[in-house]
Amino acid sequence: MKTLITARGITKHFGATRALDGVDLDINAGEVHVLLGENGAGKSTLVKVLAGIHGHDAGTIVGRASLAVIHQELALVPELSVAENLFLNRLPRRFGFVDRAEMRRRAPELLNRVGLDVDPNAKVRDLGIAQQQMIEIARALDKDAGVLILDEPTAVLTDTETDRLLQIMDQLRRNGVGLVFITHHLDEIQRIADRITVLRDGRSVGVLGPRATTRHMIELMVGRPIDEQYPRAAGRPGQPLLRISGLTKRGVFADVDIEVRAGEVVGVAGLVGAGRTEVARAAFGVDDYDSGTVAVDGKPLPRHDVQAAIKAGLGLVPEDRKGQGLVLTATVGSNLELVTLTDRDRSRLHDIAGKLRIKGRVDQPVKELSGGNQQKVVIGKWLLADPKVLILDEPTRGVDVGAKVEIYELINRMTAAGRAVLLVSSDLPEVIGMSDRVVVMAHGRVAGELPKGATQDQVMALAVQEIPA
Amino acid sequence: MSTISIRKYASENGALAGLLVLAVVIAVMQPAFLNAQNLLNVGVQAAVIAIMAFGMTFVVVAGGIDLSVGSIAALAAMVGALTAGPLGLVVGALCGLVNGALVSYGKLPPFIATLAMLSVARGLTLVFSEGQPHETDELVTFLGSNLTPSLPLPLLLMLLFFGVTGLVLTRTNLGRRMYAIGGNEEAAKLSGIDVRRTKLWIYALSGLFAAAAGLVLAGRLGSAGPQAAAGYELDAIAAVVIGGASLSGGVGRATGTLVGALVLAVLRNGLNLLQVPPFWQQVVIGAVIALAALLDSLRRR
Repeated sequence: MKTLITARGITKHFGATRALDGVDLDINAGEVHVLLGENGAGKSTLVKVLAGIHGHDAGTIVGRASLAVIHQELALVPELSVAENLFLNRLPRRFGFVDRAEMRRRAPELLNRVGLDVDPNAKVRDLGIAQQQMIEIARALDKDAGVLILDEPTAVLTDTETDRLLQIMDQLRRNGVGLVFITHHLDEIQRIADRITVLRDGRSVGVLGPRATTRHMIELMVGRPIDEQYPRAAGRPGQPLLRISGLTKRGVFADVDIEVRAGEVVGVAGLVGAGRTEVARAAFGVDDYDSGTVAVDGKPLPRHDVQAAIKAGLGLVPEDRKGQGLVLTATVGSNLELVTLTDRDRSRLHDIAGKLRIKGRVDQPVKELSGGNQQKVVIGKWLLADPKVLILDEPTRGVDVGAKVEIYELINRMTAAGRAVLLVSSDLPEVIGMSDRVVVMAHGRVAGELPKGATQDQVMALAVQEIPA
Repeated sequence: MSTISIRKYASENGALAGLLVLAVVIAVMQPAFLNAQNLLNVGVQAAVIAIMAFGMTFVVVAGGIDLSVGSIAALAAMVGALTAGPLGLVVGALCGLVNGALVSYGKLPPFIATLAMLSVARGLTLVFSEGQPHETDELVTFLGSNLTPSLPLPLLLMLLFFGVTGLVLTRTNLGRRMYAIGGNEEAAKLSGIDVRRTKLWIYALSGLFAAAAGLVLAGRLGSAGPQAAAGYELDAIAAVVIGGASLSGGVGRATGTLVGALVLAVLRNGLNLLQVPPFWQQVVIGAVIALAALLDSLRRR
């Protein structure tokens, strides 16, 4: 097998911290090579060194000429067309002007290679995130990249979109492309990986084959044995703390009834687009709704009024951490006190930061933290406010395994203290493992409710069911 | 001091370092710069822009911009001259409230809302003044006067507003909300911050500060002119940016803005002392603003 890139002893410092410490990595033609590790383990740094974005302090890299990286943040111009984005930088020209005909002729070829069926004249802005990603991949392939690095591409994709992406990766592999794949989803790794390099604290701690077990991967990643992936400790539920009844917003969701009792975790599962986030936002007062009621601890909430919802004891950890949860320009401390602005007691800040095991100082800019620690800050600002009911929308998306378990422990601690948690999650094992009951939504309606111990098949059967409108 | 804290210090005080370098260069080329009376003059010259820029700092930290401060200053001074000083302050705050309402409830981009106010307030100034300058009363004139020969009141007022701005930004909920809104408006909203009402206050404060600056300016000159403070909004924005605030919001400090205003005043004063022709002064000032912004952006990389 042909080795496309050989990296030996890569070492990289940022100031006093050693981000990479003698990492070896081979990328062969026709393989999917997974980089696995917790946030902060050095995966992104390694990718950036390979791509030449960062220099390295020691080590050698051979053969990185033909490399393309699909970063997590997509590099597309939303206002330009699909075709223009595909040929950005090297637009075909005639008489000094853009040759639109040539562009239109060549675009479908490229799109075909990634199996994307969109109008090349459509604006990128109007496409879904998965389609945008495919366009980036198509663009990278046009440069005849021998090695394609995909940095957490599935973090923003639905299950079907992920399936599609894995298929395309498989096809590229057959065509001899070397793929480096970064993901936190262990099931995806088991489906596609040929080799797995596990990084921990900037070192390569092991190279695994395609048949590695989940447990093995996790233990290598965190460096210690893991007892329980979903440590849910359910208690006896008390009185209802959150009651959503008949909640309806025309064209988005209808007749949604959800009840969460004290000490309970109720999961909300469903396909992307089933209306879960929309219900959560409406209940919290971010968006308006047409009819129905939301009551916290028996007290009905006014519509479309976040302040009233918070006052009544409701909290929401939104799905988009950077876009909606954090003030990235501010410090960890400022973010923690965002909800409880009037509370001038700094000692509680340090207290909560310690309790959450946030790796970072209170006066540190929050953007310097890893994804998992950032998420802990978002949850922490609500813990300071001590709401009766906390709605968590995709709380562990893009969070590494170690931090995930810590977030689950926080959920346990909340319910043990008599609070209620509504857990919206697309991660099926998580929503099943951490919830005492699972409400499944489909097409904006509650398709059914499953008790603890439901299987993934049962959830999916409800999630895909057709409900007459 | 470790490397990290030196770097932190430098990045937080880049504008201050620039100010010192500027002062040293001018002092070497023209020692009269260091004359006590001249330094006081620089302070007085900085005062009007600084007070205006402090109000602008609130707006910029919250991710907005206020183009109307020059016009509001003129309108407030004119109202103050025609009626009484305090009424000028009220009018300024009201203009700011209108800006805030247009931005938060009317959902207009701040650029547009305050551009409209720039024109309206200037127009009203012309209407009320009938195009003529008007003498200021005792109270307003006092604002621009010297308490003792070596203690000009505008300088004290600048320091007073500096203190208030620092307090508001760092020690009040309103200030913390400004950083949150400018840093991420959506996150602020989802954390229960009343974004719209906060913006109302922010623009009202900017209007109030602009009015105060206008009154100080009129007090110094002894009269309020229909074209007073025209273009000052650009100096105020420049002072805020030189001070290290980010026009995309979430970043900015009172000390930075003070230093920014002083940089502009020192530069103007120095260029005068060095007898640089006025037309060329404009060119130099523009270049310095670009340089400051450039250094700032390099530092952030």
